[in-house]
Amino acid sequence: MKHKSLVSINDYTKEEQLRILQLAEGFEKNPVQRIMEDYVVASLFFEPSTRTRLSFESAASRLGSKIVGFSEASNTSVKKGESLRDTILTVANYSDLIVMRNPIEGSARFAAEISPVPIINAGDGANQHPTQTLLDLYSIRKTQGTLDNLEVALVGDLKYGRTVHSLVIALCNFNTTFHLVSPVELKLPRSVKMHIKEKNLTYHQYTELEDVLPTSDVLYMTRIQKERFSDPLEYERIKNSYNLHADMIADTKDNFRVMHPLPRVNEIHTSVDKSPKAYYFEQALNGVYVRQALMAAILGIK
Amino acid sequence: MNNKKVKELKVSAIENGTVIDHIPAQAMFQVIRILNLENFENMVMFATNLESKKYGTKGIIKVSNKYFAPEEMNKIALVAPHASIIEIRDFQVVKKTVVEIPDKINDIVKCFNPNCVTNHEEVRAHFTVTDKEEIRLKCHYCEKITGKSTMEFR
Repeated sequence: MKHKSLVSINDYTKEEQLRILQLAEGFEKNPVQRIMEDYVVASLFFEPSTRTRLSFESAASRLGSKIVGFSEASNTSVKKGESLRDTILTVANYSDLIVMRNPIEGSARFAAEISPVPIINAGDGANQHPTQTLLDLYSIRKTQGTLDNLEVALVGDLKYGRTVHSLVIALCNFNTTFHLVSPVELKLPRSVKMHIKEKNLTYHQYTELEDVLPTSDVLYMTRIQKERFSDPLEYERIKNSYNLHADMIADTKDNFRVMHPLPRVNEIHTSVDKSPKAYYFEQALNGVYVRQALMAAILGIK
Repeated sequence: MNNKKVKELKVSAIENGTVIDHIPAQAMFQVIRILNLENFENMVMFATNLESKKYGTKGIIKVSNKYFAPEEMNKIALVAPHASIIEIRDFQVVKKTVVEIPDKINDIVKCFNPNCVTNHEEVRAHFTVTDKEEIRLKCHYCEKITGKSTMEFR
């Protein structure tokens, strides 16, 4: 996987994904290793994403790497009208690896095609965010002891939520049974369901959150985003569709865990936070180990 | 007066070249654009809104002294899925084929997604055809599906 850009989760085979998870376990045991001291990582955030950026920069820093870059495009040459092509070709001169977040969809694929150094896609608009998927897989495997044959419920905005799309596609390699909970307007798109059907896996669709709680191993909650709605009234109507409270998860399975890519708004009540079944903050921490593993693998250090 | 005769009068026979028949009338000018016939220097004849038993109306194009590679011709399948390609040599039909929708579409279609990198940078969209019946094209860059109703040609 040395020098192999990660743009879409499908760029890596199941075996390659598992190798990253395995490396990440090593970094979880021993997160501070000076193995990237001779490397420079460029962190190009054309739109702000504090969580993802800090996770990558923390991961790189703990491995001793230097980091160059910007956290928003407003005071860079991009503002002056520089093309993405020119920005990438220039920054590639200064770095060994580029981590990029860009609101333009397909920008990461384009960058990977023209860049002489590997690209890690840290989110390209509504398209892909593969490191989130890897950390989700890592979190599921860690809490369930396996990725195989699980009952996974995905809740909220299944139509536009890119983390949901990538996670569903990735889980199709592991014989997952999918429980899809969403308002009718925000159902999982056909293009994603196609992956489930291709593998002859089972999915069930629901509109009520309560219906999936007793059977699920993993409850993956997502935020319903205001910016997805052209009609503000429609958003107001839908936004409170799913709210998870502590009393709702009392009778779930012992191995049941609540995950969320964060940030959450009101879909998980803070009363859930104290439950041992709440896993979203640990999930975010796992992102650091997974990103360490990914960078080390792409640079050919591990 | 019989229809066939009228057609023959409207578009006379060519000695050598290619006849593209059964083009949906409304797709005529798209076919011309896709095959870049606008910049073609030999004789090109075309007629549209001709009567067709099978399709109601149709268009036909005759291009002199030019034979197309199948890959080139298959590009028009997106707009003219039933077009037949007739190779003429010495006024005789030597070969007749039907276009097929290719697995990949390069250069000719725009990605419908306004937020796709191909609509922002100097890079052309290319697509994998994920559904040949309904015609669904998956963009190599933004991975969104451009369908029949959203398809625009460059």
